[in-house]
Amino acid sequence: MENNSEKITIYVMGKKHMVPEDLTIMKAMEYSGHQFTRGAGCRGGYCGACATLYRKKGSYKLEGALACQKIVEDGMYIAQIPFSPAEKKTYILDEIKPEAATILEYYPEVSRCLACNTCTKACPQDIMVMDYVQASLRGDITQAAKLSFDCISCGLCAVRCPAEIVPYNVSQLARRLYAKYIDGPSEHVLERVKEVEEGVYDQDIKELMTASKETLAERYNTREIDLNE
Amino acid sequence: MTKLAYYPGCTLKTTAKNFDDSTVASAKALGIELVEPERWNCCGTVHALAKDDVMHHLAPVRNMLRVQEMNSEGQVDSKEMITLCAMCYNTLKRSNQTFNEDSDKKQKIQDIMFKEEATYSGSVEVKHFLETLKEMGWDKVKEAVKTPLTGLKVAPYYGCLLLRPRGIGIDDTDNPRIIEDLFEALGAEVVNFAYKQKCCGSYNTVHMKEVVGDLAHKILKQAKDGGADILATACPLCEYNLGPRQEQVKVQYPSFDSIPVVYFTQLMSLAFGLGDEAMAFEANRPDPRPLLREKGLLEE
Repeated sequence: MENNSEKITIYVMGKKHMVPEDLTIMKAMEYSGHQFTRGAGCRGGYCGACATLYRKKGSYKLEGALACQKIVEDGMYIAQIPFSPAEKKTYILDEIKPEAATILEYYPEVSRCLACNTCTKACPQDIMVMDYVQASLRGDITQAAKLSFDCISCGLCAVRCPAEIVPYNVSQLARRLYAKYIDGPSEHVLERVKEVEEGVYDQDIKELMTASKETLAERYNTREIDLNE
Repeated sequence: MTKLAYYPGCTLKTTAKNFDDSTVASAKALGIELVEPERWNCCGTVHALAKDDVMHHLAPVRNMLRVQEMNSEGQVDSKEMITLCAMCYNTLKRSNQTFNEDSDKKQKIQDIMFKEEATYSGSVEVKHFLETLKEMGWDKVKEAVKTPLTGLKVAPYYGCLLLRPRGIGIDDTDNPRIIEDLFEALGAEVVNFAYKQKCCGSYNTVHMKEVVGDLAHKILKQAKDGGADILATACPLCEYNLGPRQEQVKVQYPSFDSIPVVYFTQLMSLAFGLGDEAMAFEANRPDPRPLLREKGLLEE
């Protein structure tokens, strides 16, 4: 890899490396010879696979980011957190209710929340994590779901929480409860499912399934994307 | 309408919704709009206020910060933070006091709350709704009464957290009058009884319900012996231990006869004629409605 940028020093799990100053943490690690087998996914800040903890030079603050988004800084100490250990609870959505008691049944540690806001400060998505944890604690499922909508389950909140709560699991439960019991099914999805069942798209699908690779590439490259739709 | 910041607390949004509903409605009848902060968190609850535990002050301080923000944005008309749940009141009041009087702790709390959009200055005044009523004047409360609680013998039950520790209580620790004054203004007959400040057993209800059974029996029996028809309280945990836990009292004391226990705001709603949704008596156990019908205060 060629790169003419200025070189800076970073420490990956304690080991010193010289890397170009304009790389993301992820690229800097690859530049310095690391290969990702876990903890890398979309590389675009969407999937949440590449949680990283770091400290900057001269600062005692432990900070977090997505490795694919954060640019390295001189003197940075870095460690990847490819997985945050947390038990995934099993529940049957039809059999639970959208209320505080449900949240506390599956994740009773929510009541340990200190409101310290460490989770919010750790969140690379700028989600008000503490506020949604607190909303779920008082049974405000709607607020918990709405505040946590942008969560990508990177796990940094869970790693940093002094009360050992796993906020992203709590918010996933809240969003599922909200979708099922409060928001209800979306009309346009129901309509589209009906169209699919009626065979409206059968011909189009058949065409795609039998199209050549060149045709598919052509159609993909010339597709129209309406971001306002 | 006077707009006041209102901190309901988690319990008023879950198992004590009848306390929340009756409070907001009866405040409105008195010309007070209780405005809930858009963001708030659990008060922290009193067991978190150990002397050496600064971390647990974050929750109460953060709630006071929200009220400070409401104040600076002009959403409310005073620096007051109105609370109802006795547990929340006690926690917030004591934490605010610590914050304002202990500069070391204040500094530590602010250090943990680094990089946040605002800093708490200590400016908020934590109040219980009963204090608001007292300041407004009992005559004003009296003016709002449409159905005087005539003939209803009410035993005011304070429990621990409205009055203790000394110095943060809403009234005299040993000889409180504030709930008595309220019920006199509502036209009820007040029953004075010795155990009105006795502990209900609190969280022992979770793992030693016999302890609560004993204490509830003592308290309720005293009130009944004094002629009470009903108890009025301001604490969701007391309400639970003295109300639904009467089933446990009956196991331990088979000859015990039940007596309704309600939030003081429910009886305010009744006296102010605010309707079923405000009174929300259906959530209370034992059901207070047969008694109130018998007294001619509720329609059949």
